Amino acid sequence: MKNADSSTRRRLLSGNEAIALGAWEAGVRYAAAYPGTPSTEILPALAEYAGVRAEWASNEKVALDSVIGASFAGGRALAAMKHVGVNVAADSLMSLSYTGVGAGLVLVSADDPGAFSSQNEQDNRHFARFGKFPCLEPSDSQEAKDFTAFAFDLSERFDTPVMVRSTTRLSHSKSPVRVSMPEEPREWEPLPPFERKQKKYVMIPAHARLRHPEIEARMEAIAEYAETCPLNRVEWGDKRIGIMADGMAYQYAREVFAGFSFLKLGMVHPLPEEMIRDFASVVETLVVVEELDPFIEEQVRAMGLDVIGKEVFPRTGELTLARVREGATKAGLPIDEDAPSEEPIGEALTIPARPPALCPGCPHRSVFFNLRKLKLLVSGDIGCYAIGVLPPFEEMDMLISMGASIGMAHGAKQAGCPDDIVATIGDSTFFHTGLPELANTIYNRGAACTMILDNRTTAMTGGQEHPGTGVTLQGETSHEIDIESVVRAMGVEDMWVVDAMDVEGVEEAIREAVAIDDRPTVVLVNGQCVFVPGFRRRPVARVDEDVCNGCGFCFRVGCPAILKSDEVDEKTKRPKAEIDPLLCTGCTVCLQVCPRGAIYETETEEA
Amino acid sequence: MEDIINFLFVGVGGQGILTASDIAAGVGLEAGYVAKKSEVHGFSQRGGVVESHVRWGEDVGAPTAEKGTVDFLIALEVLESARWIDWLRPDGTLFINRQRIAPMSVTVGDAAYPSDESILEAVDRRTDDVTLVEGLGIAEQLGDARMTNTVLLGALSTRLSVAPETWLAVIERRVPPKYVEMNRKAFEEGRRHG
Repeated sequence: MKNADSSTRRRLLSGNEAIALGAWEAGVRYAAAYPGTPSTEILPALAEYAGVRAEWASNEKVALDSVIGASFAGGRALAAMKHVGVNVAADSLMSLSYTGVGAGLVLVSADDPGAFSSQNEQDNRHFARFGKFPCLEPSDSQEAKDFTAFAFDLSERFDTPVMVRSTTRLSHSKSPVRVSMPEEPREWEPLPPFERKQKKYVMIPAHARLRHPEIEARMEAIAEYAETCPLNRVEWGDKRIGIMADGMAYQYAREVFAGFSFLKLGMVHPLPEEMIRDFASVVETLVVVEELDPFIEEQVRAMGLDVIGKEVFPRTGELTLARVREGATKAGLPIDEDAPSEEPIGEALTIPARPPALCPGCPHRSVFFNLRKLKLLVSGDIGCYAIGVLPPFEEMDMLISMGASIGMAHGAKQAGCPDDIVATIGDSTFFHTGLPELANTIYNRGAACTMILDNRTTAMTGGQEHPGTGVTLQGETSHEIDIESVVRAMGVEDMWVVDAMDVEGVEEAIREAVAIDDRPTVVLVNGQCVFVPGFRRRPVARVDEDVCNGCGFCFRVGCPAILKSDEVDEKTKRPKAEIDPLLCTGCTVCLQVCPRGAIYETETEEA
Repeated sequence: MEDIINFLFVGVGGQGILTASDIAAGVGLEAGYVAKKSEVHGFSQRGGVVESHVRWGEDVGAPTAEKGTVDFLIALEVLESARWIDWLRPDGTLFINRQRIAPMSVTVGDAAYPSDESILEAVDRRTDDVTLVEGLGIAEQLGDARMTNTVLLGALSTRLSVAPETWLAVIERRVPPKYVEMNRKAFEEGRRHG
């Protein structure tokens, strides 16, 4: 943690960009990730640095496995994923703790308190305790860079994987980082031949039993080290209150508790027990401010110390200045009473909500329009198509995790669910965990219908490549794995391949597929996300005001480009439709569903 | 942490809010402050509400301001000015880009978009310092609707002591070279409407 000098400049970096920079400065050779908010931007940032091999893995476990191989082979390596991605990688992670590392290995877990873009808000600090490895928590972008670089040294020093835990607020906020100039390309020494260490790297039971005591000893050594670890520090102030805080919680706390004493924890596992006891013995009241679970608090209580924590601060959702202030007030702590004006003034007005919607031109539109029309039971998955649960479709009945759509549909059917059920899964999600789920349905003589919605990208996270797109993260051309061939090779005989923009074709395929109830069926819907580079807009659609009678059918396709016009139909007394030519991509879905033929392509008119 | 200047940029996905807040944060850094900015990406981009905080100060902790403490609220969409007005401190400064984007709930008929008058009446209870900017109209006249955010930055810049040249330098670094000149014009036009 150097001080700024003439050879450095300050740049605004996001937490994710800073993590990438820290890894690069530490000499990372190989990095892998599966995209997931809020972790996604780490790998594209790393991919820009010359000499680093950065890859999109097909899922988080594959990412971690690849990184483990790189580390065993002697190259510093980093895996990045969102909090729930660590669940996917956990099988390897738990045993990686036993093997330890070759070269430094860092796992970035980007948690999502507030569940801004996730299915839960699990607190991944528990993984560090569960798996017995250290966890570092930066509080701003400078620390994100410094801690990540530090994590590689720590990993090698103690022969352990190290978790760097970020959160949405850190990953996606920008703050100044001192950056050394220039960022020169690195010359790589070739790795030496693989050093064989079978008792360390081959986790058969006999070896695992030998490794376990070493892991316990390692944690003791790291706990001792934590007492002097430079990432933990005391900032003395008014000693009436002593605040222990980690990560972004520290930033809220130091504004709310300005002037009081702090024990800032940069390493949250293992905790520095002596340091905490010393701090507690000096301050009058000990407070822990942490986001989500009482992870620090419970361990501090186990030390026999009295502490104010989750009885006043929330366990759920993201912390904010206001929530930390409310907690402090509730506990009767003597903070400055300059709480901002609370009188709400927006109440006089009803402000319509603005939920997310499928984009104009989205290839999922025809699918959810038809699923609603056919009133099917829909087992959903993680991706943009989760918007199918919102109005105007409201056509999704279960959604839990990556790939789960297929297994849930299968299980419901096997248990005897009488409804016609379809699983909807995207292309990237299909490669992530959909493959083994579909193999299971086929193997167990399941009868659910799987709809694979191929939009040629990982759309929800902003458009990342995947095994089906034929392009790597660093832009090389690769083999494009063909989903249709894969599904047929797995033995699915009843398969429909349809164009996403053919509304009737999609309907017909679904009808035929769900009519089969004694064997698995697959409907592959081919389309293209409007954000895929090279997406071509077609001539925009327009509404013929003389023909439109305001029936509102086109509003049910949930397209942001279709608006209510100011003109009202004389007979129906309902507003006519109007299409925003700037938003319309010419997908023709509305044109196909209009019962009166009132919508036409402009090309047709001009011809 | 005295004397932090809080900005909040709000609007709808696709309006260039993240770019505008990036520029505002960059200007703060350039002007010698510690600058932080924060927004949430992901699900909210699909036509949803976008909010981005920027804070300038000698020392800044949290990257987001507290409700009721925002000094400058910049709404790129009319309805969003009302949704976020409680974040503005009493008598804070509000800029509204005069552009209405109907949410899906309005399009499908589940809700109504309030009139400009009722929105202005609501925000007036918080502050008298309201500036309506024809950002979209100006940007379109200059040749590209995507410069609406730059027009608003120009208007905002008139209320801050940082030199316009600093703003322009940061804008130039942030936009593609062939759009620099257009953005300079948009910024200067915005300054006339600040």
